[in-house]
Amino acid sequence: MIIEARKVSRSYGSTPALREADLSVAAGEVVAVMGPSGSGKSTLLHCLAGIFTPDSGEVWFDGRRLDTLDDGRRSELRRTAFGFVFQFGQLVPELTVTDNVMLPLLLGRTRRKHAERRAAEWLERLELADLGGRRTGELSGGQAQRVAIARALVTRPRVVFADEPTGALDTLTGEHVMNLLVGLAREEGATVIVVTHDARVAACADREVVVRDGRVSDPYTTGAVR
Amino acid sequence: MTVPLALLGLLEREPSHGYDLKRDYDTFFGRGRPLPFGQVYSTLGRLARDGKVTGQSEPGDGPDRKRYAITPLGRQEVATWLAEPVAAEPYLQTVLFTKVVLALMLGRDAAGYLDAQRATHMRRMRELTEVKRGGSLTDALLADHAMFHLEADLRWIDVTQARLGALAETVRAS
Repeated sequence: MIIEARKVSRSYGSTPALREADLSVAAGEVVAVMGPSGSGKSTLLHCLAGIFTPDSGEVWFDGRRLDTLDDGRRSELRRTAFGFVFQFGQLVPELTVTDNVMLPLLLGRTRRKHAERRAAEWLERLELADLGGRRTGELSGGQAQRVAIARALVTRPRVVFADEPTGALDTLTGEHVMNLLVGLAREEGATVIVVTHDARVAACADREVVVRDGRVSDPYTTGAVR
Repeated sequence: MTVPLALLGLLEREPSHGYDLKRDYDTFFGRGRPLPFGQVYSTLGRLARDGKVTGQSEPGDGPDRKRYAITPLGRQEVATWLAEPVAAEPYLQTVLFTKVVLALMLGRDAAGYLDAQRATHMRRMRELTEVKRGGSLTDALLADHAMFHLEADLRWIDVTQARLGALAETVRAS
């Protein structure tokens, strides 16, 4: 397994969001995490990605305990081994498309020339080669999400975490974005964990799990599917 | 019901032989269920009997071949059919609903059934996603049609799962 949550619990004040949630994801797998609003699926993603620390339970990445690392080590891991795609892109509006894609490389002290070249390669792969000089505020929703995918993959991450990546897009644009995300991640051998309430998005994954009331139900391991 | 009308529609486009009609039908509407030759010719025979097509024999080296053409009556039938909306089916008596209610009534695992059904629907969604990736535009649009219906079922499954406790009380109280 490349990443695992073992009996992870996490509360917001007195409200439990995750209750002993378990999830194991193999390297190269694409897994959809589904569930109703407020079920805890985004909290699970944030715990797996080391953004939140669980109140109890363990998170493992590539044979290492992630939840016990200090903030600095977890930040470094997020920068070097993980990529992120969120619902609204979360691009930096003051920067150009190319600068946004280069950002994680520059934060990792890659030389600017090299970072520019890598960003250009990824913009080409995401059919955005002509838009490198644009400000991200000038982009359509689908273009912005493709920039976010380029930024997530430019560091060659082991795991890509996507939280409702098509939630703000229409059906056809969302489908195009998902095909690019999954297709390119597979080419790179990256694992993808995508949180979604959209069955069409989940259908792009190898399998889906459902989070309900903070617990993970996996129909392929509980015997619901024979 | 749609096979005669689909053949009439193809004939309105241009007169055609039975073999070519079958090929066009399979290309656009067959989707892995090709129309048997026997059905093509028996349908054309009925359409000719009812005055909706005419069949003109063409001499040649091989067996006798007929070239079929649509008549004004056939054309009218196509126009009427295309203008009529298909009935919006209410789906009020679904197997899914019946299984859930019976499971609750009998104290069986309704939630487990819904989980299994959900996973089965998702598996079909994945198969159709693959069809869309590798297929033509017509394949993709047909897969989309099926996927939107599966999505509707999946939404119903989720809503029902969330209200299973309340539904159990209703079922057991009545």
